Amino acid sequence: MLSKLAMYFQYPFVRYALIVGILIALCSSLLGVTLVLKRFSFIGDGLSHVAFGAMAIASVLNLTNKMVIILPVTILCAVLLLKTGQNAKIHGDAAVAMISVGALAFGYLLMNLFSTSSNLSGDVCSTLFGATSILTLTAREVWICAVLSVVVLVIFILFYNKIFAVTFDEDFARATGTDADRYNLMIAVVIAVIIVLAMNLVGSLLISALVIFPALSAMRLFRSFKKVTISSALISVICAAAGILIAILAGTPVGSTIVAADAAAFGICWLISIVK
Amino acid sequence: MSLLTIKDLAVGYDARPVLTNLNFTVNEGDYLCIVGENGSGKSTLMKTLLHLQPPISGQILYGGGLKANEIGYLPQQTLVQRDFPASVAEIVLSGCQGRKGMYPFYTREDKLLAKQNMEKMGIGSFADRCYRELSGGQQQRVLLARALCATSKLLLLDEPVAGLDPKVTAEMYQQIRELNESGITVIMISHDIAAALSYATHILHIGDEVFFGTKAEYLHSRAGKIFLESIAPEDAVPEKNQTEADSKMSAEGRKE
Repeated sequence: MLSKLAMYFQYPFVRYALIVGILIALCSSLLGVTLVLKRFSFIGDGLSHVAFGAMAIASVLNLTNKMVIILPVTILCAVLLLKTGQNAKIHGDAAVAMISVGALAFGYLLMNLFSTSSNLSGDVCSTLFGATSILTLTAREVWICAVLSVVVLVIFILFYNKIFAVTFDEDFARATGTDADRYNLMIAVVIAVIIVLAMNLVGSLLISALVIFPALSAMRLFRSFKKVTISSALISVICAAAGILIAILAGTPVGSTIVAADAAAFGICWLISIVK
Repeated sequence: MSLLTIKDLAVGYDARPVLTNLNFTVNEGDYLCIVGENGSGKSTLMKTLLHLQPPISGQILYGGGLKANEIGYLPQQTLVQRDFPASVAEIVLSGCQGRKGMYPFYTREDKLLAKQNMEKMGIGSFADRCYRELSGGQQQRVLLARALCATSKLLLLDEPVAGLDPKVTAEMYQQIRELNESGITVIMISHDIAAALSYATHILHIGDEVFFGTKAEYLHSRAGKIFLESIAPEDAVPEKNQTEADSKMSAEGRKE
C-alpha cells in the first residue's frame, strides 16, 4: 500500500491535490464555527450554488481562467445575501433558497443550451460533486489556491478577536464601538472566497459539508472558542488528507470521500461527547 | 456633571415614532431606572441611546468626557449565546474590543482589566469554564464583567434580572448598587417597579404619560401613582421607605 502511495506521489498532480486539499480544508473550517453560531449555515449552501451558476457562465464563455467570473459573482451574492438577512422584509432563508435554486437551474440551463462539450452530464456532474477536478489541477491553479488560502488565513488571524466579538454578541459589539457591519461584510467576502476555492476540491454541492462538519465536530468536544476553532481546523485537515489518500488508493471520487471522512469524524466526536 | 442629555428625542422604527418628546439628563453617579408597560418603547429607547438605531428626531448629547463607545451594555440574552462554545475569560475580554480600533490583538493591560472585572463580579474562579454551562445568574455576571471592560463610566442594563430566581435577583441588584456606589452611572430598564423604587435615584416613566424626575417626585406624580396602583393595588409602597429614601437623597445633596 505504501509503495502504491509512493508511486502516486511521483506524479505532480497528486502532490498538488494533496497540498490544495489541505489548504482549502484548513480555510473552510475556520469560519465554519462562526457560520454555525450565527445561524448562517445555509448561506454557504446558497453561495455554492451561485458559484455553480457562475461556473456555467464561465464555461459557456469559454474562459480559460474561470475564477475571473466565479469569484466576483459569488462575492457579490454573499454581500447581497447578508444584507437581505438583516432586512426583515425578505427573510434570510427565503432569499438564500431563491438565489441558490435559481442559480442552479440557470447554470444547468446555460450549460445545456450552449455547451460545446460532448459529455455534458459528465461536466455537470463533476462541477457538482468535484468528481475528478482536483486531480487535474495545473500548477497555476495550485498557486492561486495557495495564495488565496494564505490570505484567508492571515485575515482570520488578524481579525480573530473581532470575529469573536461580532459572532458572540453583535449588539454589544456595535454599542461599544466595533463596526459590526464592516466585519459581517468581511466574513461574507471571505466565505465567498473559501467557497470558490473549495469548489475545486469537493464540487459545489458538497462545499457546505466542508464548512459545517468540522465546526460541529469540534463543538461536541471543546468548550472555548479558541479550542473549538483550532480543533475544527485540525479535524478538517486530517479528514481532507485522509479522504484524498483513500480516494487515490481506492479509486473513489475525491470530494465525496472527503465529506464521508468528515461525517465519520463527526460521528466519532459525537460518540466521545456522549461517553464523556 | 451631566453625562447624557436627551433633548426632544423621538425614537421608533422606520420613521414611525414609538416615543416622542423625551427630555431628560443623566448626571454622573445617577442610578436611573426606566419603567413602563410592555410595548411602551423601553427597548427602542435603549437601542437608540446605544446607537443601534438612529433617532427619528432630537438629540443625544454626551458630556463629562463620555464618548459614544464608552457605554457598557448588558443586553438581554440571545438564542445564539445559549449554545455558544466560549470560555468566561474569552467573553469578558471581548468587552475590550470596542477600544482596539484596527489593532488586532489584546494587550496585557486588557487581560489584566478583564481579570480584575471577573474578580469584582465574583467569577474569577470560572475563567476557564464554558459560558453555556453556567447558571443564569452566573451568566449575567459574566456579561456584567464584560460591560465593565467596555466602560468605567456608564452602564446600560436591559432587564438585568429577567429569568433569575429571587435570591439571585437580590444578589444581582446588590451588585449593581455596589457598582453605582463605586461611581459608575447606571441606567436600567426594568419591569420590577419595587426594585426600581428601592435602588434608583431617578425614574423615567414612559408610556401614555411620560415622567422624569427623582424617585421622591415620582412617588408623588400622577404617572407614578397610576402605575403603582395598577401594578400593586394593595401593596402600596410603605411610607417609611419613602421618607428614608427622601432623607438619603437630601443627605447626599443630589440635584435633579
